[in-house]
Amino acid sequence: MSGHRWLLELDAVRCRHGAQVVVDGLNLHLETGALAALLGPSGCGKTTVLRAIAGFQPVEGGEIRIDGRLISAPGWTLPPEQRHVGMVFQDYALFPHLRVWENVAFGLRGPTRRRRAEADRLLELVGLEAEAQRYPHELSGGQQQRVAVARALAPRPRLLLLDEPFSNLDVDLRRRLATEVRALLREQGTTALFVTHDQEEAFLMGTHVGVMRHGRLLQWDTPFNLYHEPVDRFVAEFVGEGCFIRARMLDAQTVDTPLGRVTGNRAYPWPPGTEVDMLLRPDDVLLDSTAPVQGRIVDLAFRGADTLYRLELDGGVEVQSLMPSRHEFSVGSRVGLRLEAEHLVLFPVDQGPLIGNMRRAAQSEQQAAF
Amino acid sequence: MGAEGTVPVRNPPLRRGRGHRVSGPRPLYWLGGVAALVVGLPLALILGAWLQPETEVWRHLAETVLDDLIVNTLVLVAGVGVGVVVLGVGLAWLTAVCEFPGRRFFDWALMLPLAVPTYVLAFVALGLLDFDGPVQAWLRRLVGSDAPQLFEIRTPAGVIGVMVLVLYPYVYLLARSAFITQGAGSLEAARLLGLGPWGTFFRVALPMARPAIVAGTSLALMEALADFGAVAVFNYDTFTTAIYKAWFGLFNLHAASQLASLLLVFVAVVLALERWTRGRARYAEAGRSRRLHRHRLSGAHRWLAASAAALVFLAAFGAPLVQLLVWAWAAWAEGMDARYPALVGHTLALGAMAALCTAAVALGLAYLQRGAGFWGRVLVRVATLGYALPGSVLAVGVMLAFTRLDAWVEPLWRWAAVDPAPLLAGSLGALVVAYLIRFMAVAHGALDSGLARIRPNLAEAARSLGARRLEVLRRVHLPLLQPALFSALLLVLVEVMKEMPATLLLRPFGWDTLAVRIYELTSEGEWQRAALPSVTLVLVGLIPVVLLVRRSAARERAP
Repeated sequence: MSGHRWLLELDAVRCRHGAQVVVDGLNLHLETGALAALLGPSGCGKTTVLRAIAGFQPVEGGEIRIDGRLISAPGWTLPPEQRHVGMVFQDYALFPHLRVWENVAFGLRGPTRRRRAEADRLLELVGLEAEAQRYPHELSGGQQQRVAVARALAPRPRLLLLDEPFSNLDVDLRRRLATEVRALLREQGTTALFVTHDQEEAFLMGTHVGVMRHGRLLQWDTPFNLYHEPVDRFVAEFVGEGCFIRARMLDAQTVDTPLGRVTGNRAYPWPPGTEVDMLLRPDDVLLDSTAPVQGRIVDLAFRGADTLYRLELDGGVEVQSLMPSRHEFSVGSRVGLRLEAEHLVLFPVDQGPLIGNMRRAAQSEQQAAF
Repeated sequence: MGAEGTVPVRNPPLRRGRGHRVSGPRPLYWLGGVAALVVGLPLALILGAWLQPETEVWRHLAETVLDDLIVNTLVLVAGVGVGVVVLGVGLAWLTAVCEFPGRRFFDWALMLPLAVPTYVLAFVALGLLDFDGPVQAWLRRLVGSDAPQLFEIRTPAGVIGVMVLVLYPYVYLLARSAFITQGAGSLEAARLLGLGPWGTFFRVALPMARPAIVAGTSLALMEALADFGAVAVFNYDTFTTAIYKAWFGLFNLHAASQLASLLLVFVAVVLALERWTRGRARYAEAGRSRRLHRHRLSGAHRWLAASAAALVFLAAFGAPLVQLLVWAWAAWAEGMDARYPALVGHTLALGAMAALCTAAVALGLAYLQRGAGFWGRVLVRVATLGYALPGSVLAVGVMLAFTRLDAWVEPLWRWAAVDPAPLLAGSLGALVVAYLIRFMAVAHGALDSGLARIRPNLAEAARSLGARRLEVLRRVHLPLLQPALFSALLLVLVEVMKEMPATLLLRPFGWDTLAVRIYELTSEGEWQRAALPSVTLVLVGLIPVVLLVRRSAARERAP
């Protein structure tokens, strides 16, 4: 609980835009050198969190500390320029009237020659030493992105914030740049916090990822756990693919499902006989001609290395399965299904109209129409 | 975890001084407050004249001139109003929706009359069309009659005609862009629903463009109410000339201020009418629709349209400019004496001073409008109100304010053993303040739109890189604002150079400007000698019009 173990601490932070509370009771702690990401749909408050840390958004409740020093509290905001927090903006916010090296040197103090040398060093780091004399509008999107990163790193900030840093780039470039930037940040030992709505990006960049919704942090965990052991129904739906099937508890670790009995490595408190919803990831369901349970392939999406199948069991339950695309099954054919799930993820039976349910409802309606 | 609530806050002694609220910075509030006060005080003093009415003066005014003034003003407003709407809307429709020979030229050329000050066109019209003028002489020779006077130009219709020719571009400009941005959709829909071309115009295009037309007309009417030079040349008595006479003829500032307050009532009525007519209508361009397909006029119609446009252009701009050049050529030697460079120098110096002050304050206001809450925006609104004040009214208000100020600081002068003559009231400062009030809206408009083009996260990026507020201004905003600052300075400079009534009333001794010189010469009927300064003003006035034309062309090209 000592104040100095964490580089960044957010305690019960609350922010509002006008009458609307956009961040509510948010707790978040980062160690020095951590690379973390906030993931969530647009409007979930993740960018507001970033702006509060940077000092552009006052907090209405709670406290923000860096290195144990209070920087934001209700009615008090340390000015952004005194926080030593760097920021990479979604649209890069490069200064259009300054050359590339002048952009990078903007946050540096001292004689021009030293600033220039330092800017050149950083540009070399991001592979743009040849573009130092050019203006931002003469660069490609990816190059502008690198300049923005170099500029933010130049004053050696204690913490780097990145707001949807790759969302303006096409998929290929996004992947490459994300990998590059991660390597760069590791190399520099920079602590960084990302904000993104793209889970691939979040998983690629963050050793820890927080999923946000309606201004609240639902789960703060490693990407592996977010995918395989979501603690919240929304997290389960938002991260990765999958669907819910109805199951019944047999004992604390075992459930009975339309696909057979499954035993997991986690105990649930519900008594035997309770109806629950079980999360099925597509990679938990294998197509196996020897399996006793049969299903019909309703639809398939060929994705290169693997194929995502949508299947209907005899009882009308629908599941998804991800298989290497070496095997080929066609729509309409009947196949055997086997479950192979170590992580048993169960939720109490759903009442509200969640995305998965609505999708399923829409599909069954469609089928009824045929 | 259990320690929660028992452990006191870890950094209790917050150094509140070093933190800040993210909203509006305080110094800008002060600036906005002072600017609003500077605008509000003269206004308040003029209206305050009613609190201590000098019945003597008032009765005299009422008995002698007041009826005439009111009737004249009403006639002027009605005539100019009808005239600018007919001319402005008609020409806008022709150039925006129709195709006829020379349309591309008239498209922008019809905006050029904006560059001609009303008082210049007024005296050129007199010179051309008066009894001694070339037109009547030529007509007399043609008819061969010895008729003493074929027609009289110094009539209400004459003044109205001159003002319509100078002021119609306000309506033309706004109506034209309204017609263009309406796009093809609604017009074609109307045709498909069975309306003919005229029906489409009156029942769809015109109602849709109404807010723009009303806005343009109210601008033109404000100019007509504020005009001093043209009505003075035509000996057409309105409030502005009456204020001038009360001030310089009777040396009665009080009477002048009561007349000024009456003129303000007219201005307020025009503004209120504009608001009321526009109502809640804000016919925004509901999504950019397809580009208009111009209607190709056929046969005689094309030439009719072309000659209508040509006639207006020649009457408002072509012929007057040629006449001015002829006169200026004839009076070159006489006009280009040693006084002329000094005159231009004074005019430029005044304009530059006013432009710098106005742009600086306007920049502050533009920032205040962004960073501040409701009250900040109110201050900005008040501070940019001065564009609605006629120059003569403004001069009276500023004079009243500075006289008060003089009385207030007089003990100070005495104590400093300085001659306690009215130091401030007759100073250059008073004139510059008047310009500042009058043209604040012009500079503010330019800077505000310039600032709007700078993305706010540039400032945030700069601050996250360690730059303080003023540093952001110096290193990021000022370099990016350069074009906007330049056009703000230029616009104010040109406006100041053309300004007549306030300058005439407030100028300190020896600070004649080109406009003042034109007034002096034309009041003696010296058209020829007035030509050189007039040509200068028209050429200077062309600069902002050209900028305007280029900007609107660029906007229309944009997708």
